[in-house]
Amino acid sequence: MGPVATDIGELVGRDYREGFVTDIESETLPPGLDEEVIRFLSAKKHEPKFILEWRFEAYRRWCEMKPPQWAHLHHLPIDFQAISYYSAPRSNKDGPKSLDEVDPKLLETYDKLGIPLEEQKALAGVAVDAVFDSVSVATTFKDKLAEVGVIFCPLSEALANHPDLVRQYLGSVVPAADNFYAALNSAVFTEGSFVYVPKGVRCPMELSTYFRINALNTGQFERTLIIADEGSYVSYLEGCTAPMRDENQLHAAVVELVAMKDAQIKYSTVQNWYPGDEQGRGGIYNFVTKRGACRGANAKISWTQVETGSAITWKYPSVLLEGDASVGEFYSVALTNNCQQADTGTKMVHIGRDTSSTIISKGISAGRGQNTYRGLVKVLQGADNARNYSQCDSLLMGDRCGAHTFPYLEVKNPTATIEHEAATSKIGEDQLFYCRQRGLSEEDAVTMIVNGFCKEVFRELPMEFAVEAQKLLGISLEGAVG
Amino acid sequence: MRTAHDASTYVAAQRDAAADLPAAGRRWLDQCRSAALAQLELTGLPDQSNEDWKYTPIRPITREAFAPAQAGSDCPRQFVVASTIPNLDSYRLVFVDGFWSPALSHLDDLPAGVTLAGLGQMLDNDPARIEPWLGSALGSEPHGFIAMNSSFVGDGAVVEINAGVVLDKPVELLFVSGCGGSGRLSLPRNLVVAHSGSQATVIERHVSLLENRSLSNSVSEVIVESDARLTHHAVQQESPRSFHVGGLFVRVGRRAEFRSTTVTLDGALVRRDALINLDDEQAQARLDGLYLAFGRSHVDNHTHVVHHAPNGVSREHYKGVLGDRARAVFHGRIVVQPGAQQTDSQQRNQNLLLSRDAEVDSKPQLEIYADNVKCTHGATVGQLDEGAIFYLRSRGLDQVQARRALTRAFAADVLERMVPTALRSYLEQQVNDRMQAVSEIER
Repeated sequence: MGPVATDIGELVGRDYREGFVTDIESETLPPGLDEEVIRFLSAKKHEPKFILEWRFEAYRRWCEMKPPQWAHLHHLPIDFQAISYYSAPRSNKDGPKSLDEVDPKLLETYDKLGIPLEEQKALAGVAVDAVFDSVSVATTFKDKLAEVGVIFCPLSEALANHPDLVRQYLGSVVPAADNFYAALNSAVFTEGSFVYVPKGVRCPMELSTYFRINALNTGQFERTLIIADEGSYVSYLEGCTAPMRDENQLHAAVVELVAMKDAQIKYSTVQNWYPGDEQGRGGIYNFVTKRGACRGANAKISWTQVETGSAITWKYPSVLLEGDASVGEFYSVALTNNCQQADTGTKMVHIGRDTSSTIISKGISAGRGQNTYRGLVKVLQGADNARNYSQCDSLLMGDRCGAHTFPYLEVKNPTATIEHEAATSKIGEDQLFYCRQRGLSEEDAVTMIVNGFCKEVFRELPMEFAVEAQKLLGISLEGAVG
Repeated sequence: MRTAHDASTYVAAQRDAAADLPAAGRRWLDQCRSAALAQLELTGLPDQSNEDWKYTPIRPITREAFAPAQAGSDCPRQFVVASTIPNLDSYRLVFVDGFWSPALSHLDDLPAGVTLAGLGQMLDNDPARIEPWLGSALGSEPHGFIAMNSSFVGDGAVVEINAGVVLDKPVELLFVSGCGGSGRLSLPRNLVVAHSGSQATVIERHVSLLENRSLSNSVSEVIVESDARLTHHAVQQESPRSFHVGGLFVRVGRRAEFRSTTVTLDGALVRRDALINLDDEQAQARLDGLYLAFGRSHVDNHTHVVHHAPNGVSREHYKGVLGDRARAVFHGRIVVQPGAQQTDSQQRNQNLLLSRDAEVDSKPQLEIYADNVKCTHGATVGQLDEGAIFYLRSRGLDQVQARRALTRAFAADVLERMVPTALRSYLEQQVNDRMQAVSEIER
């Protein structure tokens, strides 16, 4: 308790630390989206022709679609023609071969964020594919991964070097026209990570990426594709911070996971985009499509997320349980403070026999935050003995916030056992009183109780993320405590 | 707004009938009807793109154009007698295709301070009394079917219990559909008003005369004033070929208590909406439900409980047993409005699937805008516990007996709390008879 409490004490009342703008000359397209923009993006990346056609198809479908209205979210309509779809740090044109070639200002940025790349190399077990706006600037630990045959590179590089692999899997889990935001992403995605873990390989380190939105008015459209071949294992970490700014920025990413027979993918996210100020000005609009497919028997996909940032979070990491006895897991902590809104949850689609899924969702609402859990558990007719357990708890802090739970259960097989439970409550006066009389300040007591509330999710996170997540929670709750 | 399913035949039918509806020409009533008609014309009947109808396709209903039933159809007295619940002593209002039949009703020895009458009669004789109530619990029409009911509003039951009156016997409202032949639409609207401190039980039953295809569109508005206690049981047992859409719209006042049980035993497509507004402090509501769906039945229960004021209590427990190719939908929404502190709300939905081809879609929802509350919901879908079956078999029951006993016990849970006991025994018998006929139990 000690160290965390101290950190929170320091951090309360402080402005968003990650809010600064790096002054780098960016090469930015004027705002607007049409086929020319897509052609430019594709040419810029020297993409194979099939990708350009795929983008066009997605764009055409997107033009016919309308933004989804069903979420429990309120925001002004987004003007998609007012967004610039490409921004690259210009000094990075030819691609750095090593850290020495990276723009020192960029390195400085990472230093401020607390992830100095030099130290990252020394830090055991973490390889970073850092994305600075749209172009990948540095990739570490590649050699070590190459030894065991793991491919971990920017998606554009994978398109150049492993086009067949990308072609086979890209869009196979999240089709180009899956939904409005996925279609937009498919049309204009500019960067992202690609991971391929060969048969039987246990990835020797946690793979990590650090996304960051920088240039003004630039939406970021990453696309991540992770393939775990038979019997392999990979753990992937994703973390986000973004600079402070007054305009709402759009973030529409797509993440696709494919787990073959006996393979396991663990995907962890700590999301800390700029949430807007106390009046709800600014902040990131985060519309993300994340989905994994358990393609073979005994495959397992596990999503863990800690969502503390963004003005709007619209995100439903899902698992398609196609293989027999495959397993899907979803662990989530979502926190909304001030004017933040989150509509997040998961979809578990049971297709194969003996499939099982677990959903643990913890929502915390403070200030005027609105927090919604929305989840679907679907058991198809052939999914004999499917098993699901869902638990969605909400914690309310303050009388102007809201906590909502919208689970959908669709069951077409009589041998399925599906359980959903949800509870909403506030921090008990008796719990607070107990902590206070043991000498804790009210703030520390609340933080401790909130961390306890989220423990089931935090223990699923890799070590370094768990520490960061607890700190983030403290920062995000500032002003709500007491 | 996109017109989902075209409702023009019903709009035209209303225009034909409007001048002949009870108390036509009264300005407030005409306005109610025409506003609802405008909504029906604009929105049409809901299709599956409407989130509240996601799991309930109404194609079986829209395939046919049901004609509004006419007053004066014949319903044999023997049928009404045969349909009565054994040992239930009640005041009875009988409705034939939605129209009140004084001749078939039984209102002897009605105590002072209680009004039981047909809505049509009241609208003709004393419209000013109805004006403040009509539509007050309903608020705005949530979808086309309810708007259809409002546009035709004319007959139904009026139950008014004066302040402080404790009614000695339950009021039974028996709705017999299908009397005027096949393809008829009945549109009763019921008003139940329990004034301060009164107590009463109202039983609403829907039955069919023949195996006719019919559409019942029945809406009940219930106003429970402060300190009153009202129990409402709705039993839906029309023919397996009939369609039933309906709603229960309730306002509960300070320290008042509303209890309801909704039992669905039969019907090709049944959709019931319930909206319970806990308007004032310390209001309480208990909603129980049991639905049995076999064959190709489709049963959809939509409940919506809104806590508007502090210290409210709500309890909701719906259970379903499904076999054959049946499909059941449960949508339970609980809203706690800002300021409704100390709300205590619980909701449970449990489903028993007996067949490979049956389907359950459950959507419990919590929407909470106040922080000092205790709200939980739970939903389960499953099958009979193999361990429990084994236990019963080890005690000498065979497979079929064991499965039946467990299925009955699952359903009995909801009925257990029902008062009057005569109704409870009757429903238990009905449930048992239905189970007896079900083949899946013998699996």
